[in-house]
Amino acid sequence: MLKYAVKRLLGLVPTLLVVAVLVFLFVHLLPGDPARLAAGPEADPETVELVRRDLGLDRPMAEQFVGYFSRAVRGDFGRSIRTKRPVMDEIAERFMPTFWLTVWSMAWSVIFGLAVGVLSAVFRHRSPDRAGMALAVSGISIPSFALGMLLVEVFSVELGWLPTIGAGSWKHYVLPSITLGAGVAAVLARFTRASFADILHEDYIRTARAKGLGEAAVVLKHGLRNALVPIVTMMGLQFGFLLGGSIVVEKVFNWPGMGRLLVDAVEMHDYPVIQAEVLLFSLEFILINLAVDVLYGVLNPLIRYE
Amino acid sequence: MSDALEPPALTDAARRASTVRTPWGEFWRRFRRQRVALLAGGFVVALAAVAVLAPAIVPYDPENFFDYDQLNARPSAAHWFGVDALGRDIFSRILVGARLSLAAGFSSVTVGALLGSLLGLVAGYFGGPWDRLIMRICDVLFAFPGILLAIGVVAVLGPGMANVIVAVAVFSVPTFARLVRGNTLALTQLTYVEAARSIGARDWTIILRHVLPGTVSVVLVYFTLRIGTSIITAASLSFLGMGAQPPTPEWGAMLSEARSELAVAPHVAAFPGLAVFLTVLAFNLLGDGIRDALDPKAGRM
Repeated sequence: MLKYAVKRLLGLVPTLLVVAVLVFLFVHLLPGDPARLAAGPEADPETVELVRRDLGLDRPMAEQFVGYFSRAVRGDFGRSIRTKRPVMDEIAERFMPTFWLTVWSMAWSVIFGLAVGVLSAVFRHRSPDRAGMALAVSGISIPSFALGMLLVEVFSVELGWLPTIGAGSWKHYVLPSITLGAGVAAVLARFTRASFADILHEDYIRTARAKGLGEAAVVLKHGLRNALVPIVTMMGLQFGFLLGGSIVVEKVFNWPGMGRLLVDAVEMHDYPVIQAEVLLFSLEFILINLAVDVLYGVLNPLIRYE
Repeated sequence: MSDALEPPALTDAARRASTVRTPWGEFWRRFRRQRVALLAGGFVVALAAVAVLAPAIVPYDPENFFDYDQLNARPSAAHWFGVDALGRDIFSRILVGARLSLAAGFSSVTVGALLGSLLGLVAGYFGGPWDRLIMRICDVLFAFPGILLAIGVVAVLGPGMANVIVAVAVFSVPTFARLVRGNTLALTQLTYVEAARSIGARDWTIILRHVLPGTVSVVLVYFTLRIGTSIITAASLSFLGMGAQPPTPEWGAMLSEARSELAVAPHVAAFPGLAVFLTVLAFNLLGDGIRDALDPKAGRM
């Protein structure tokens, strides 16, 4: 098992390297001079030159890359152009709100998505299935910013039950996590229904029924456990969707997280922050995919011994 | 003998058997039976017509007409969808917005599908180093969550609708490349491709005439479903202020503008939200229908 995980981890190194090179080149791809951007619009030529030397932009590209890379590994991404604080400090205080938002969204959407998917498969082509799938296709089609504004309008403005912005108490998490999780729940419901409908035709399900097991035991114990392998893969893929989705949802709810930091950074041309955020988001995405692969190996012993 | 084959001598049954069942005929026969997908298809066609005719049929100028007496007014006979905070007619803005959203969705997915299919064909057919290189590029593109990639592109190229289209196209490429590569790998193993090769057909002739047609159906399904996703992404980028800029009547940008007035005038946000939702829903239902008609056994993903 450990060997498999290590092998997969090593396989990621080339992808990670290319991502790192792309993120490094990002600053050099930008229109205009990075030193001038860092120095600010009012800086005179001497200041720009000073900044250039300060940032190491006058040295050869290869040397710059090695320097950038070794600093990045140590968690040093330079200073934010906007606040002048270290980028890592900026991101550190934004990390936890985004992390919990993603976790809560994933948690409820997995439970809800699986339940709707299983019910739809069991009652295939009957009204619970039709209702569940109508809900699912709507969940895929509604943009998260529109859903978020609708929820704010109904539950905060009209009913006054829940706060609109901020991340203080558990109440603050309700609306953003529903908004963020809706798309994932819908995808999982559709996917669960499809893989579950196939499994209900398998011989071992017929055997389980034949030996007199109750329908609930057949569905939950014999069906769900076998359906779980492809569903876990799908969950992992959807985590990436959550990471991307959090950027939009955080803007709607003014969430003090990494997504809004990124949007603000793009608006303010705060390149060190953009660089670090893109790198961290991608790293997180790659690591989650790795975790899913390993989990997949745990659930399905056939893969391990390849 | 020739008398027996004269057309008048054919019975009805014989004539029906003699009509060839083409793949497209089969597809249409199965597609027609799905009422929801047909309805969605009708909606898409109507929306496309509205998008084309928008400048001619809008009741008011979407950007420069200001009704100062009716700021934030609810829907009425004069303004079907009401008036926004600046006094502009929301109905006119929605119609013109359809033009922007459909154009963005359609053009970005077309570029993504063309590039991706080409890469997928090359990777799947030639294999070896080509395959490894192209799949590695796809892995890297997949290493960024879609919208993050788009934000990166916008950060480099600057905000604006054209850049959003480029950004969305870029992140459609790997999906199509993987899809077409998988199909190509399977198709190149088939006997008729071997036969074509054995009579000396050139690689690109085989790719274009014998492999490409076999991938069209999957590409078509993903194309339709992808348009929905791309419209959402483009609208999201505009909502974040990275796409179409106010006063352009793009649906995402309209919702962003309506945010500050949500408590006073919820209808200003409701209509653009509904417009994106219904449009994307129609494309998703249409895509589901096309997939079920092409392959009834395929699972719902």
